[in-house]
Amino acid sequence: MLCDICKEKEATVHLTQMVEGKTKKIDLCEGCSKAKGVDDPAGFSLADLLLGLGASQEMEESDATKEKCPQCGFSQADFKKTGRLGCPACYNHFEDGVEGLLKSMHKGTRHTGKAPAVWQQTKVYVDQLHSLQSKLDKAVAKEDYEKAAQLRDEISRVKSEFSETNVG
Amino acid sequence: MKIQDILSMPAEAAGREGPSNKIVLSSRVRLARNLAASPFPGWAKKSVRVETFTHIRDNVMEVEPMRDGFHTGMEDLSTLDKQILVERHFISREHAAKSAGSGMVLSHDEALCVMINEEDHLRMQALLPGLQVDSAWQTIDRLDTALESALDFAFCKRRGYLTACPTNLGTGIRVSAMLHLPGLVLGEQINQIIQAVNKLGLAVRGLHGEGTEALGNVFQVSNQMTLGETESDIVERLNKVLLQIIDHEENARAKLLENKPKMVYNHIGRAYGILANSHSISSKETMNLLSLFRLGIDLGLFPGSRAALIEELFIITQPAHLQNARAGKLSAEKRDILRANLLRDRLVKVNRPATSGPGKPKENGE
Repeated sequence: MLCDICKEKEATVHLTQMVEGKTKKIDLCEGCSKAKGVDDPAGFSLADLLLGLGASQEMEESDATKEKCPQCGFSQADFKKTGRLGCPACYNHFEDGVEGLLKSMHKGTRHTGKAPAVWQQTKVYVDQLHSLQSKLDKAVAKEDYEKAAQLRDEISRVKSEFSETNVG
Repeated sequence: MKIQDILSMPAEAAGREGPSNKIVLSSRVRLARNLAASPFPGWAKKSVRVETFTHIRDNVMEVEPMRDGFHTGMEDLSTLDKQILVERHFISREHAAKSAGSGMVLSHDEALCVMINEEDHLRMQALLPGLQVDSAWQTIDRLDTALESALDFAFCKRRGYLTACPTNLGTGIRVSAMLHLPGLVLGEQINQIIQAVNKLGLAVRGLHGEGTEALGNVFQVSNQMTLGETESDIVERLNKVLLQIIDHEENARAKLLENKPKMVYNHIGRAYGILANSHSISSKETMNLLSLFRLGIDLGLFPGSRAALIEELFIITQPAHLQNARAGKLSAEKRDILRANLLRDRLVKVNRPATSGPGKPKENGE
């Protein structure tokens, strides 16, 4: 949605007023709203209220060029209004903006807690594979080919076991 | 269907006991989960919400502890029913405002409750009496694990469980405990405690969570951050803080009794006087006075009375419970009269506080 005044920038300030019993709506960009003096301090965005001051700004600045979420059609303006995202895929789409937000509200930006069992299995598998691979590299470096052959067999066994249990 | 026929009697609910029950009224752990393939409830169209609600409800009802539970869509509940569920802490105020496309499942023992299509697709909680945050976490963890094979939860390796609001991202966990802290309030130390707890990244709120007043000296302490830490780290940290608050509260009570016994007895005696003799009393005043009454029981001033009585009175004097007992709408004025009648009636057998009994400091007035 473009600003009703300059018709150039994205409108981020939406005013609804009752005038003589009729609802009037006006949509302004940040610059024009300030110029018109409608940057009402009482009119905080919900995102700011919910997530801390500047949260909505953070989202906007870093995602200024991005369009709506391809999955659900959610936009940054919607985020500013509600302080919520539209669907799980929004986290990917608005990733840059989200990263900054998360930094300010959480201990870290990476999840370290529980994962669904399917993911846990994957993690165990990946870890196991990594460790076997590094052992193999070491064995090869030491020219211990007998050991290396064993490890290679082990790796292919782990791989085939994993694909068996995780197909379908 | 009437909600009071399904829920346990207030006396039964109030009688549930747990560790450190004097100060910790209850412990709660809730997890936020969403389906990977659907928009979050706040953004989904009604038809989609109705669909996801049915899908989630059917799967939740399949899981062992919920199988013989109670389930309902929000559209099938009256305003009064919803309010009663809020007063029992089973659903949030936000959820009470929802209609078709949202609902809940409550386990038979009332320890587990799943709100469907609140802010997230699933908000599941374990609610236990007393200080049991770790058991509450283990209980809800089991339910979550049982559900994840049937429901495809939105999860990403980097961000964890994906939630509608970024404040719940990652673990989606909120660990909280309801604390009764009259000693710290009367001793005017509560603000210090709140500030100290806030500095640790924990929130202190009122009786019904976010944005509510601390009525009846009841405070809710909970974690705020959900990402970058494991669930057990969060649970453990909160538990440590709770143990410290319990210590502070106990010290504050002992100190007050030592330094200002008259002030404490005055508060308790007046609370008893009003509760046992008033003819019109608001819900807010009732909660604040019941808190002092409860303190009196804790201090042994009402031999023969148990804290469970206060807990029960706390439940049944809240607006919706009171109204429900009388079937039919009541004005606030009538409710205040009814509440006072109920309190007078229930306190008829409770004797005046025994402030000059044996073992109590001598009361040598002028």
